[in-house]
Amino acid sequence: MSVLSEHSTGHRFDFLTALKRALLSALIAFGLFSLLIGIRTDTGPTGALVLTGRPALLAIIVGLVFAGALVRELILRDRGIALGRFVSPDLLARAQALGKFVGLALLGFAILVPIIFYHDRYLLDLGIMILTYVMLGWRLNIVVGLAGLLDLGYVAFYAVGAYSYALLAENFGFSFWICLPLAGILASFWGILLGFPVLRLRGDYLAIVTLAFGEMIRLVLINWQSLTHGPDGITGVPRPTFFGLPFNNDDGGFAHTFGLEWSPLHRIVFLYYLILVLALVTNLVTIRLRRLPIGRAWEALREDEIACRSLGINTTNTKLTAFAMGAMFAGFAGSFFATRQGFISPESFTFTESALVLAIVVLGGMGSQIGVAVAAAVMLGGFEFFREFAQFRMLVFGLAMVAIMIWRPRGLVATRTPSIFLNREKDINADLVRRARTKTWSWRRAQHD
Amino acid sequence: MTDAAAEPILTVEHLSMRFGGLVAVDDLSFSARRGDITALIGPNGAGKTTVFNCITGFYKPSVGMIRLTHTNGAEFLLERLFDFRISKHARVARTFQNIRLFPGMTALENLMVAQHNPLMLASGLTFLGIFGIASFTQAERAAIDKARYWLNRIGLIERADDPAGSLPYGAQRRLEIARAMCADPVLLCLDEPAAGLNVRESGELNELLMFIRAEHGTSILLIEHDMSVVMEISDHIVVLDYGLKIADGKPAAVRDDPKVIAAYLGVHDEELGEAHAEAGL
Amino acid sequence: MDYFFQQLINGLTLGSIYGLIAIGYTMVYGIIGMINFAHGDIFMVSAFLGLIAFLALVAIGVTAVPLALFLVLLIAMALTSLYGWTVEHFAYRPLRRSFRLAPLISAIGMSIVLQNYVQIAQGARVKPLPPLIPGGFTLVSSKTFPVELSNVQIIVVVTTVVLMGVFSWLVARTRLGRDMRACEQDLKMASLLGVNVDRTISYTFIIGAALAAVAGIMHLLYYGVIDFYIGFIAGVKAFTAAVLGGIGSLPGAMLGGLLIGLIETMWSAYFSVEYKDVAAFCILVIVLIFLPSGILGRPEIEKV
Repeated sequence: MSVLSEHSTGHRFDFLTALKRALLSALIAFGLFSLLIGIRTDTGPTGALVLTGRPALLAIIVGLVFAGALVRELILRDRGIALGRFVSPDLLARAQALGKFVGLALLGFAILVPIIFYHDRYLLDLGIMILTYVMLGWRLNIVVGLAGLLDLGYVAFYAVGAYSYALLAENFGFSFWICLPLAGILASFWGILLGFPVLRLRGDYLAIVTLAFGEMIRLVLINWQSLTHGPDGITGVPRPTFFGLPFNNDDGGFAHTFGLEWSPLHRIVFLYYLILVLALVTNLVTIRLRRLPIGRAWEALREDEIACRSLGINTTNTKLTAFAMGAMFAGFAGSFFATRQGFISPESFTFTESALVLAIVVLGGMGSQIGVAVAAAVMLGGFEFFREFAQFRMLVFGLAMVAIMIWRPRGLVATRTPSIFLNREKDINADLVRRARTKTWSWRRAQHD
Repeated sequence: MTDAAAEPILTVEHLSMRFGGLVAVDDLSFSARRGDITALIGPNGAGKTTVFNCITGFYKPSVGMIRLTHTNGAEFLLERLFDFRISKHARVARTFQNIRLFPGMTALENLMVAQHNPLMLASGLTFLGIFGIASFTQAERAAIDKARYWLNRIGLIERADDPAGSLPYGAQRRLEIARAMCADPVLLCLDEPAAGLNVRESGELNELLMFIRAEHGTSILLIEHDMSVVMEISDHIVVLDYGLKIADGKPAAVRDDPKVIAAYLGVHDEELGEAHAEAGL
Repeated sequence: MDYFFQQLINGLTLGSIYGLIAIGYTMVYGIIGMINFAHGDIFMVSAFLGLIAFLALVAIGVTAVPLALFLVLLIAMALTSLYGWTVEHFAYRPLRRSFRLAPLISAIGMSIVLQNYVQIAQGARVKPLPPLIPGGFTLVSSKTFPVELSNVQIIVVVTTVVLMGVFSWLVARTRLGRDMRACEQDLKMASLLGVNVDRTISYTFIIGAALAAVAGIMHLLYYGVIDFYIGFIAGVKAFTAAVLGGIGSLPGAMLGGLLIGLIETMWSAYFSVEYKDVAAFCILVIVLIFLPSGILGRPEIEKV
């Protein structure tokens, strides 16, 4: 609803206008929800559809909308609270100053988690999942955050990594440690291959095409039965070993060799540390790359591609390199995923996965490592928390994405740290930083920026 | 004025650029001498930026040849070279009419990006750089020194770590020129470098360009509307109008050329015949 | 030959549906340069709305099929337009000045919201509808493969043609159409000249949604079964159609739609059914690489 910038004279008028607006909102809500919520279709005994009315539910929801609109009109308008300022910028700025400490603290905490929560398998699993997504988020950060290439189909490389590992292990019997780098190489090869066609594309187009790629890979995986076993997936993916010592109860096993009493938790803890190391490697490589010319070229590419070309930078190779790197790490993550689950199927690699990781990167503030880590923890923690409301999870997730874009589009961490300093360190406010080609003088022109 | 090498560094022959039915540049030929500051002027819409874009590889000319010659005799046909190769191999650098800095990166970072290619080599195409080999650290230090040198020259050393987008307009223009120079060009193409500068800043710009020419021997090609800059520092002026060359010579000659005056002042159609008769056409 | 002819008919019908959705994409992209990710799901919502409306009408006693269908069409168009307007108003308008990715991410979020909303409200199972418009014509009777043109197909194509006509008239002759074209060319200038940009954009979304609604009803009649996922696939294909025809061009969108419909039908008839979606995606990639401005689009010169 449009915002009244002046105060109406007299409280009476305020109330009437507010009431009218709230009624309008309620009316719209009624229109929207009348059929879809008010009436429910179910498959009846004969296979035909049966209708059940749900007037009560409809009334409640419309009533809520009405009440909410009324509240917003009356109270929040008067106080002039802009809804986006729940977290004051000062607080965040100070939080960022502590950034380094927060990072180290989180790292320390992460290392200690398996020790603290040793007996809580559920929490350990959660931790593993969070770290996996952190790693994926950091990987997407390279492509989207640094190079400004909106890649929505990363799940394709994730899948390539997982399937490569599974198939290599199945057909050649390689151990995890050999398969991991191989999967990464295969994935980055695909990354380059898939990167070629999209080189000339900008922003939205790039997003859609990479999305299409992701879906294509999934469809191919489902349908190419002879290679990938189709929708049944591949089972019996070998579990990781502790450098050759399997995690079982045998004499040659891990537990026995180290004189510990066998427990299935050993493997879990090992997996946890494994993903932690993988994620940290991703992070370190990213940080290092940022300081190298290639990383700077990525960021320059994001800021202004034409200027890059005029400075002699081979934008094609630069973009391909970004894709390849991102794909490689996604491949690693995919291998890890396969070995952790012991079983993979195309169902794990849907677009929703891509959307989830994208949301994490966006929420965390593109280009910021810590932001992504925190965002992953928050989102996945929230997901788990809402596990009972399985169906509503995704709905809330979607709403959250929209809400975040409206209220805090820059994400949690809204500054960029320069990669090199002459005199002293100063963080740059995010509003100056171009994120994946902002518009120049009109939306449409920007597509050809 | 240095007259060390009088042979041309840039030769443009019969350059034409057509966009659909519109002819932006029509059969243009001129040459720029090495070590000269050559200005390309003309009323708005004359096709100057189009010529620039052809020379610097952003457009592919419909017809024509653009030849660049290095001191060592290496020749480059710029109408065939494209994209980043013009900067990387032929060593032509440019600035833009609407300032294209990297706004979210600091001034220092902007200058470092310009030195991307030598740094990439030194880092062993990144791979060795990840492990921090000595030759890369050295190369990086040299690059920082070069950046520092230019920052000093343009008076921005204090603001080296400020984001480029936050610098005042005049500083941004100077930074863009410095960034182009960090790419070590033999030909520097400037697209309206004095646009939006006040008198004092234009004077500083003149100094900077003369310095570049004197100290680094870089040839300069510039598009400009500001006559104080053009007349002050150019050795050679080419005038365009409606895509056609209407004058080509030393500043003094061009300034008094009636055709040029007519083009700028917009002589009425009826008076055009008279003007032409006067000019002896 | 008969087989081919049948596929041709099928393909054109399918293509009409895609074309109607594609118009929505192309219009929105033309005017604000944004890909409305949620548009495909608007189409899906309209199909559901149509289904429920129809069943409700039958339940209250409106059993004459033509009348019911007519009412269903009206209701679906009205409500879907409301959805389209709401999405634009809440998810895209606040982000108009934001950075490039914001509306896209918001659109993705909206798409997820719509899919799950329908899934929660109506259950995740597919919803069937008995064929409402039986019969048709046998164009070529033959022992091996008769070529049939069903009534539904006729209705789909005719409706599409009529709508295209109405719509073209709208864009070319009315004030609104003029405003839309002005905004498409130069948003800022249009607003300076007094065009109510916000309202024009809203109307664009509304019209796009209305057309998608028609497509949704057609889909419902033609296929007889819907689920909450059809929006995603149809959305990508319709977007491919819009790009193929030239984004920003209305006849292009319809042309693209028809082509995609034909290609998909031919591919599944002659090659393999499982990979028909892949075929559509491949076309998208190929078009974007080799012909980014589409068939009827206007190539834009990069301004340096």
